[in-house]
Amino acid sequence: MELVTAGENALILYLGSSTSPAVSAQVQAAAEALSKALGEDLVDLVPSYASLLVIYNPLRTDHLAVRKAILRATAQLDTGAEDSHKTVVLPVYYHPEVGADLEALAQNAGLSVEDVIKLHSQCEYRVYAIGFAPGFAYLGEVDARIAAPRKATPRQRVPRGAVAIADRQTAVYPAVSPGGWNLIGRCPTPMFNPQAEPTMPVAVGDRVRFEAITRERYLALGGELE
Amino acid sequence: MSMEVLQPGLLSLLQDTGRFGQQRIGLTTGGPLDPEAFTLCNRLLGNEAKATLIEVSFGGLVLQSKVNTYICVTGAELPLQINGREAALWQVHKVCEGDEIKLGFAVSGCRAYLGVADGFSIPEQFGSTSTVSREKVGGLEGDKLQAGDLLPCPTHHHRTLRYLPEAWIPKYARDITVRVILGYQQKHFSPLQQRRFFSSQYQVSERCDRMGYRLKGAAIHCSLDGILSEGICFGAIQIPADGQPIVLLNDRQTIGGYPKIGSALSLDVARLAQLTPGATLNFEAITSYAAHNALHLEHYRLQHLPLLEGQA
Repeated sequence: MELVTAGENALILYLGSSTSPAVSAQVQAAAEALSKALGEDLVDLVPSYASLLVIYNPLRTDHLAVRKAILRATAQLDTGAEDSHKTVVLPVYYHPEVGADLEALAQNAGLSVEDVIKLHSQCEYRVYAIGFAPGFAYLGEVDARIAAPRKATPRQRVPRGAVAIADRQTAVYPAVSPGGWNLIGRCPTPMFNPQAEPTMPVAVGDRVRFEAITRERYLALGGELE
Repeated sequence: MSMEVLQPGLLSLLQDTGRFGQQRIGLTTGGPLDPEAFTLCNRLLGNEAKATLIEVSFGGLVLQSKVNTYICVTGAELPLQINGREAALWQVHKVCEGDEIKLGFAVSGCRAYLGVADGFSIPEQFGSTSTVSREKVGGLEGDKLQAGDLLPCPTHHHRTLRYLPEAWIPKYARDITVRVILGYQQKHFSPLQQRRFFSSQYQVSERCDRMGYRLKGAAIHCSLDGILSEGICFGAIQIPADGQPIVLLNDRQTIGGYPKIGSALSLDVARLAQLTPGATLNFEAITSYAAHNALHLEHYRLQHLPLLEGQA
């Protein structure tokens, strides 16, 4: 564990140096512990794969007091609450019609499109981080056989609901945005809706499974084709 | 009771002090790029510190008042006209139903703030009215102002006409020093790279917006190619593979995987955000202690700057 200065009102706590469910559980536990320990001095917490960015109010406290509070609160992390996560099933229409990179990814991997779909939908993923855009959940880890690097030139416009792979991560684009991930299908479930409660179907620490659906089912669930 | 947008200008956004505590779902903070000008606009009007104003980037906003109220414009130096008559900035003015309020284009600085008595009445989303267009959150339907938009605001018949004395009006220089708190991946930049960073002059590139200001100048290299994506704080200075620093502002992505040498002091980021392409800056390292001192002093200064009654 390492605690490093990030800015005038921020410290970053590193709980490991690589992606693993154990490190992610520690990040979760540290976030819980710190939101209790820092109380009103806390402005925001940004959990990620192996780190937790702690933003505090520098007019109420200072970096020394926050450093001490973080070290004290995280000295013994209780990762027992791990079991409280939920599992969310997201339907996906996997097809070149909505997954522009599906065929190329299969070809580069030396697999059939069916194999790619099977490998992507058969395992359970963990939500490691949320960021980049509202509701963008980084899920890991994708089977090494279908891992694919980001595209050299990102697309200007990735449609909402696009299901994509980058290295050993996968995600559903919550809204139209530029993006360099490999598109393999589309999910009709809204990943971010400011009007809904909860706003997002998943939170950091949850598990996600993808379920292959037909074009008809995708459209019936409100999926878009543009 | 409202103001109607006749012309939106290049980029006019409703902003309050920003959206905090929502980064866990990926929402950035938004908020005014120049909190000094924002805070003083609300103070001059006698508003709450968080009241919603319009941040006008570069200028060009024209409004028609459908209400009797008071307005004030602070920040970048630009021509302000009320019904075709020149009006002073950093000064509260009375406006009546039918009056036209016209902001020209900035000649010094590039972010101005137009406020009304009690602020615009905009519903909060996730605890704030701040518009972040990329997220389609805040403001009116998450978008920048458009011609025809109606901005609700209350009627006011009695407000003190206040102004900021000339001596206190900020000057927006075209060459600034940005103080930096070293941190994040700093130790992965060699002493030579750090010296180069702090001894070089950088220029604001064409790629500068509310997410970040990309700079041009001496390339800096980090011994790390990339890092596991992590939380990005306000003012963080990212060094991508081409070595050209990017200072991250209010609408930054919440997490990212580029190495960072540290973070700029917010007070200087506000000055940076007033710069347009071609302006220059250099960096200076300061300690966390110095940063905290500077923040306390600035907070006190903004709360206690003398505002005078009447007309300048």
